[in-house]
Amino acid sequence: MKSATAASTTAPRDVTSFSLGLALPLGAAFAIFFVLPLAQLFYLSLHNDTAATVWGLGQYIKFLTDPFSLSVLGATLLLGAEVTLACLVLGYPIAWLYQRSGSRVQTLIIMIVLLPLLTSVVVRTFAWIVILGRQGIINSVLQSLGLIGTPLRMIYTQGGLIAALAQVQMPLMVLPLITAIGRIDPNLSDASASLGAGSWRTFVKVMLPLSMPGIIAGCTLTYAAAITAFITQSLVGGGQMLFMPMYLYQQASTLQNWPFAAAISIIFLFAVLAIVALFSTLGRRARGYGDAR
Amino acid sequence: MASVSEAKSLVLDRITHRFASGTMAVSDINLDVKGGEIIALLGPSGCGKTTLLRIIAGFIGQSEGRVIIGNDVVDALPPNRRAVGIVFQNYALFPHLSITENVGYGLAARGVDKATRNKEAQRLLDMVQLGPFGERLPRQLSGGQQQRVALARALAIKPSILLLDEPFAALDKNLRLDMQIEVKRLQRMAGTTTLIVTHDQEEALSMADRVAVLSHGHLEQFGTPSEIYDQPQTLFVNSFVGTANKMKGVVVATDAGGAKVALEAGGEIIARAPKPVSASDKVTVCLRPEHLTFVSDDTGFGGEIGMALPLGATVVHEIKAKDGTSIKISQARTGGTPLREAGTPVRVAPLAAGLATVFPE
Repeated sequence: MKSATAASTTAPRDVTSFSLGLALPLGAAFAIFFVLPLAQLFYLSLHNDTAATVWGLGQYIKFLTDPFSLSVLGATLLLGAEVTLACLVLGYPIAWLYQRSGSRVQTLIIMIVLLPLLTSVVVRTFAWIVILGRQGIINSVLQSLGLIGTPLRMIYTQGGLIAALAQVQMPLMVLPLITAIGRIDPNLSDASASLGAGSWRTFVKVMLPLSMPGIIAGCTLTYAAAITAFITQSLVGGGQMLFMPMYLYQQASTLQNWPFAAAISIIFLFAVLAIVALFSTLGRRARGYGDAR
Repeated sequence: MASVSEAKSLVLDRITHRFASGTMAVSDINLDVKGGEIIALLGPSGCGKTTLLRIIAGFIGQSEGRVIIGNDVVDALPPNRRAVGIVFQNYALFPHLSITENVGYGLAARGVDKATRNKEAQRLLDMVQLGPFGERLPRQLSGGQQQRVALARALAIKPSILLLDEPFAALDKNLRLDMQIEVKRLQRMAGTTTLIVTHDQEEALSMADRVAVLSHGHLEQFGTPSEIYDQPQTLFVNSFVGTANKMKGVVVATDAGGAKVALEAGGEIIARAPKPVSASDKVTVCLRPEHLTFVSDDTGFGGEIGMALPLGATVVHEIKAKDGTSIKISQARTGGTPLREAGTPVRVAPLAAGLATVFPE
């Protein structure tokens, strides 16, 4: 509709080629700095030896038949799922609260949610080490209260890592949810109540399906961010837990096995794409998708 | 389906509501609605009519007073246990559910099994003449069809009270009349006690058995459409419902229920007095344009023609009275109705004594 009115007011000019021209700088940068290296990576991965002289699918076969490599992939995808779930369960009530608050509280909620994004990833990660460590804040408080004898082990555990990642990735979940919930007509929950539904039924049958676009968007963003969070995974997870980004880094940087690192990258890329595709398929199948007005 | 005889009554007993900010939304509202009646809550925006509707539905807990449905005081019941059906102004259909699922929603909440509720939904959709549309989504229907779905959905729970919030405001004029007739037909069939919130006086007068006129949170008058139109009890009702010429004057004599008023525009007029007035009171006299006529004797008051407006079936003349007041007079158009020229001196008087109404200032 907009283009129609624009076309009628401006001189006869091909609007299509005009907007393509505007996209050219970014497109070129994308091609040179992303598509090209990716193609190179793919090319590299198709070699059987570290010097990349012999063609073959050896690196892929090596990865897909190696139980250790597969367990690293599995652990990474699982970590992403757990962080995403934690963000969704903790983030939904925040988004819900936001839509039911006055403008002052709304500003406060946005500030708190965005704060992790505004601090450096290294500082934020060390803060979690201070909180979760053996002599950390939680342990010293619990010990001084006499609730525990020996310090709990929280740092370098899956749980600690999930907490740290969930905090960082919370805005990626909460912001799409706020938008989606805000689009739901407030009369719908009143209508549901007047038809005899209790608040739980109203939530499950009306609010949840209609906030599905936000849930899908939030989950996709959170998931992608969580499984690729190299620094947090390494520092809070410690040496005992190995995830794909670190595995990749070791192969490339320490062992200088570039073709294998390239194969890992490509496999990881497709694993993530598969999960993202799954999310969007689920979203399209959920009937509230794209329909929340 | 409930017949008219078992329809529940609705009593609003001294309902007062103040918002958290301290603003008075409605004040001391008493309404006694008989089972099966259609009542219109009529008033301009901000008069408290929507607040009153939300109080009856249970979305707002009133500050004072009681809501009684049938024989039960329902103040302690949340909205989902009041069995009050609502048709929202924007219909508020669930966009992700099919029409059948929308209509069956209330039955599902009551634990009715799927086969039974689909059958009931179909029966209601047939009733609102949307039988073949059950599989569609709300956005695939037109505004008028969506409204009928909203009505079917509200009726599906066999509500004790049906509330319609500005139900026809979003429809265009032709469709509005069709839907008003349709809603009235369905209400008669279901026999459900019904409250319509509206700011449209024609809608209120044509649809309701009785009309409650609200202004600034107060109940101005509660009566049949004829009473509201013909015997307005307050100046607000007289000028809000229908059109009224307002003229200032002083009471010269009174008798039972009436007064003789000397108009500032000159001349004397005999007017009905719903509120007591006494001699030498300053008053406002209301005269409806259709109750005035041109006279050739010396009754009524004088002025000169300002403008003639031929409005199809009626002709309206605007008259400048002696004191500068602008008066409108409306006549049914017949073949011989002349359009009078601007500046022509005329005399105007009520068609009959008692058609004017006088209110104290």
